[in-house]
Amino acid sequence: MPMQPKKSLTVRIMQDKIYRLLQQGKRLDGRRPDEVRPVRIETGLVEKADGSALVSMGGTKILVGIKAEVGTPYPDRPKEGSFTVNAELLPLASTTFEPGPPDERGIELARVVDRSLREGGALDLEKLCIIPGEKVYILFIDIYVLDYDGNYYDPSLLAAVAALATAKIPRYEVGEDGKVEKTEERFSLQLTAIPTTITIGIIKELLLVDPQIEEENVLDVSLVVGTDEKGNIVSIQKNSPGLIPIGLMDRITELAYEKTEELRRKLIESAGIPLP
Amino acid sequence: MEKPKLISEDGVRVDGRRLDELRPIKMEVGVLDKSDGSAYVEFGKTKVFAAVFGPREVHPKHLALPERAILNCRYHMTSFSVEDRKPLGMTRREVELSKVIREALESIVFLEEFPRTSIDIYVEVIQADGGTRTTGLTAASLALADAGIPMADMIAAVAVGKVEGHLVLDVCDIEDKYGEADLPVAMAPRLNSIVLLQLNGRLSREEFQKAMALAREGISKIYQMQREALKRKYSSVEEG
Repeated sequence: MPMQPKKSLTVRIMQDKIYRLLQQGKRLDGRRPDEVRPVRIETGLVEKADGSALVSMGGTKILVGIKAEVGTPYPDRPKEGSFTVNAELLPLASTTFEPGPPDERGIELARVVDRSLREGGALDLEKLCIIPGEKVYILFIDIYVLDYDGNYYDPSLLAAVAALATAKIPRYEVGEDGKVEKTEERFSLQLTAIPTTITIGIIKELLLVDPQIEEENVLDVSLVVGTDEKGNIVSIQKNSPGLIPIGLMDRITELAYEKTEELRRKLIESAGIPLP
Repeated sequence: MEKPKLISEDGVRVDGRRLDELRPIKMEVGVLDKSDGSAYVEFGKTKVFAAVFGPREVHPKHLALPERAILNCRYHMTSFSVEDRKPLGMTRREVELSKVIREALESIVFLEEFPRTSIDIYVEVIQADGGTRTTGLTAASLALADAGIPMADMIAAVAVGKVEGHLVLDVCDIEDKYGEADLPVAMAPRLNSIVLLQLNGRLSREEFQKAMALAREGISKIYQMQREALKRKYSSVEEG
């Protein structure tokens, strides 16, 4: 195993403890190394949002809301609607989060969820076109971390997908005068794929999934891997300092496929999402 | 704009390279006088400066850590480095890349040797033609070596892409723009370890394995060039 950057004494003591548990196939909170925390998904709890979901993964709680607006398409994609993802690590979620505009952690979270949705092919953006080159739907997918007990990545994507899958978007139509107007009608987004991610932590040569906070603080390194249901890897982000031994990559990939598939099944069952 | 044909029938890329060929690479160490260490690296039309300041006193002081140095990193692109002028200031992309580059460097620098100090690394992309984070990291690692900061290894980096179904080494901008996947990888070769890994795009499991192997081949060549660039500077100093 490569020499990881030197850690402080308190970190080393906790890491030793967790490592010894992992060697016996155990975790601090009683989980197996490859066991994700219980996932609960509730959708539609924010009525004023066009779609919303509250997801808890163990002690980590994420709220995602979606608002749709009408705007102009990107010049190079005139027939496509668009979406943007934002994430805020709210100060009520953790003493380590501070008020203010998103810092690098919030920006990284938003961009990883964005790439997972985009490259995972979750949305058919051409279906979000009203008038080609002029008017399209723009979806604002906003993530709020409400309670932080480690790993805000995986539940954020679960919540974003659940909110999109159950969203009712106000329909805009071209009126007789050629103007685009909001109607009383609403429509559902037909998801074209269901991407999920899993966060994998590494201590020495051992792997664990979905780290809770005490584990996250002492990992050698961690990464987030996303897949779609067709067997593709759709996003990867090494999201902490440290060395990933090249020899572990095959085990990491294997574990990522297994766990993202498990989370996908949970998401489909508990949020009642129709299969794409 | 229509997608141009990027790979010919006989496997030649838009810029004439083979699938597993790096762009022409230029590396120079110690190019900026005021910094404690610096480097200039070109991968084709991607051109990057990196400079290191420190270890030096931390500002503001309360950010100092008693047991190790803090490492700051800013990855930034000049306004004219891209086709459409980039607005001044840091974009969200630059904030994210600053973080992943810093974390890659934190993996190899012996920070515990310089408690209560900061090491500040600036990566300035003067022209972007794909692979700017990997070129930036390659340059930053050279600049750290030039500054004499002790490290467990050097970092060499390259991006592998998937273009028209083919895996290609060292993606350029047009391949990234129209390609199916971009996989930036940085390694500490002597430690057999990955220090930066991101994927923007879609790869099957088999493609991912092949892409990582392709990255590793490219990285070992880049690593060799880094060592030569350092030798060029320091052997000429001895002679002079």
